[in-house]
Amino acid sequence: MAQERTGADILIETLSDLGVEVVFGYPGGAVLPIYDAIFKQERIRHILVRQEGGAAHAAEGYARSTGKPGVVLVTSGPGATNAVTGITDALMDSIPMVVITGQVPTALIGSDAFQECDTVGITRHCTKQNYLVKDPAELEGVIREAFRIATTGRPGPVLIDLPKDVQVAATAENRPRTSIGYQPQTEPDPKLIESAVEMIAAAERPIFYTGGGIINAGPAASEGLRELVKLTGAPVTSTLMGLGALPASSPFWLGMLGMHGTYEANLAMNQADLIICLGARFDDRVTGRLDAFAPHARKIHVDIDRSSINKIVSAELGIVADCDRAIAAMIATWKKHGHQAADLSKWFAQIDQWRAKRSLDFPKSTKEIMPQLAIRRLWEATRHRAPIISTEVGQHQMWAAQHFGFESPNKWLTSGGLGTMGYGLPAAIGAQIGNPDALVIDIAGEASIMMNIQEMSTATQYELPVKVFILNNEYMGMVRQWQDLTYQGRHSHSYSEALPDFVKLAEAYGWKGMRIEDPAALDDGISEMLAYNGPVMVDCRVAKLANCFPMIPSGAAHTEMILQANEVSGEMDDEAKALV
Amino acid sequence: MHIRTEVIERHTLSVTVANEPGILARIAGMFAGRGYNIESLTVAEVTEDESVSRITIVTSGAPETIDQIIAQLDRLPPVHRVHDLTAEGAHVERELALVKVKGTGEHRIEALRLAEVYRARVVDATISSFVFEVTGGTDKIDKFLELMREVGLVEVARTGVAAISRGHQTF
Repeated sequence: MAQERTGADILIETLSDLGVEVVFGYPGGAVLPIYDAIFKQERIRHILVRQEGGAAHAAEGYARSTGKPGVVLVTSGPGATNAVTGITDALMDSIPMVVITGQVPTALIGSDAFQECDTVGITRHCTKQNYLVKDPAELEGVIREAFRIATTGRPGPVLIDLPKDVQVAATAENRPRTSIGYQPQTEPDPKLIESAVEMIAAAERPIFYTGGGIINAGPAASEGLRELVKLTGAPVTSTLMGLGALPASSPFWLGMLGMHGTYEANLAMNQADLIICLGARFDDRVTGRLDAFAPHARKIHVDIDRSSINKIVSAELGIVADCDRAIAAMIATWKKHGHQAADLSKWFAQIDQWRAKRSLDFPKSTKEIMPQLAIRRLWEATRHRAPIISTEVGQHQMWAAQHFGFESPNKWLTSGGLGTMGYGLPAAIGAQIGNPDALVIDIAGEASIMMNIQEMSTATQYELPVKVFILNNEYMGMVRQWQDLTYQGRHSHSYSEALPDFVKLAEAYGWKGMRIEDPAALDDGISEMLAYNGPVMVDCRVAKLANCFPMIPSGAAHTEMILQANEVSGEMDDEAKALV
Repeated sequence: MHIRTEVIERHTLSVTVANEPGILARIAGMFAGRGYNIESLTVAEVTEDESVSRITIVTSGAPETIDQIIAQLDRLPPVHRVHDLTAEGAHVERELALVKVKGTGEHRIEALRLAEVYRARVVDATISSFVFEVTGGTDKIDKFLELMREVGLVEVARTGVAAISRGHQTF
């Protein structure tokens, strides 16, 4: 007869057995038995955040930068609801995450008990799967299945709701889970790979369009992509989530595509005769106006999630597979047939003409710090250390994507799908926990940083040397930019009123606080930030009215890019206003 | 500005799922959240050990929407298999309706006569009312109800469609 274990002990032992080293959490009434079990052990490290939303984003940053699942532990009711934004964020960006929520005792479920909410009901549509466990004998099986579902197929968040009495109850029984029918397809159909390789070999104007799926497939997928690109000689663009899969220094790299992508990336998509989409999902921010999207191109779409294929754009060839497996199969098939890279010199000559537009150029100033310049200087000062960069959401995020060159995967943490302001600081904290020796920088905006500012205290507690580099333009810059573009500059509530003194705020939290105001002091300021062995918050005052270009306005085609501010018109029609 | 409309098709989907709490809410919520239509939905356990349920969903949408619905169902971890019975060919669809008709005299006699034509059974009778039980395809039931409206229909309960493929194949 096996020894009796409590639900809380089963949880800790199973997590530990699954290789979990860190849990991001916040205690409360409904998880006290679990916290007591945590107190009595040393295998799992608990990181105490300052709000449950911070725990979820920290787990995302940890997962994205290490490739391991992020684990969150929060209490019932408000603990769970506070975590919902981060859970949804993980669902949209396919981040492997397991969330353990406390629940009121089973006898009280449904009685509107103190700190009760219908957690499985609330999270049903923002998790890949969720469970309410009512019997400790089922707990280990559920946890193991939760990790399998969170980390395989298209990764995502899985939630386990655990009533307090189930945490306390002891059992010697361990009832394994019967199959629920979950079998993600990871191996590509070889016949489809043959067709894909034939299409690539025959293309005159091919382009790889890569996404977060390559990052999620692990570092081997990025290695594979580099080889496949070398073999085929085709240029590469990527979504926001896919940055780093191909080094930004590669001659095949065209930069990010989409709404704030480069001119060459978007024009190449528009003129290509073959698009090979690897682990991306034709998001509206990428395609622009759908009926004008890539009119000349046949499309190969590789995705581990069948529902992504033909969801937005119909593909001539859809391949359901893990990107890593599909790329490896394409490489093997290409070599087997002895294909040589086609002569794409005409295609690259055309691309070079688009590149000559220098679409990422920005106005120079000696009086103000241009935000783009600040990011370029930050990149140049840190690139040799291969930093991990997180961002908040808005103009600074797009500028970082445009101007910071990523050479390898898992270095870029940003909220792409959900677009969650407040993501960057907790994500940086999670990344620093998972990568203690790495340089971790949150490139932030002064508005976004306020959304999870409390997590500064977490960094202080665990002596995490994260750097927060705020591009402070005193506006919710992207909102203001859209108001300029579509609402004749009526800046309705987009001014950042009553900002704190970020230097004093940093000092209040035990951080180093700095302010950079003069372009001439930019490099020295960055050096000072990097030289400090501890957390630093930099209030970098940048040009207040700078806008993020190039830009494809909502509902416009790739060929209708706005390259500079003077091309901006004042008011858009209702059709355009209704688009997100 | 205008809201676009498209050609729509009606499809019957047969979905086998792990018989877990919340699975019906997950499926119904996925339809609601993504703006898909549910015309009818039935669910019941279908295996001896009660581990698998079959959900029959009648839905409608443009052909590419139907494809998406199937893919979206298929990616839910507790879903075992999704079959588009409409696309896969010969299958049988049945639903059952309980129909309460109130009246006396000629209406009452006519109701009984029509019920006989539609092979509806009388499952409850009083001096002034009948409850008929009728099974068949959705069209037959619709037609029966249309006729009953003329002769005193006062209340209807329908099960929604249950469907299964013809032939010896199973899934």
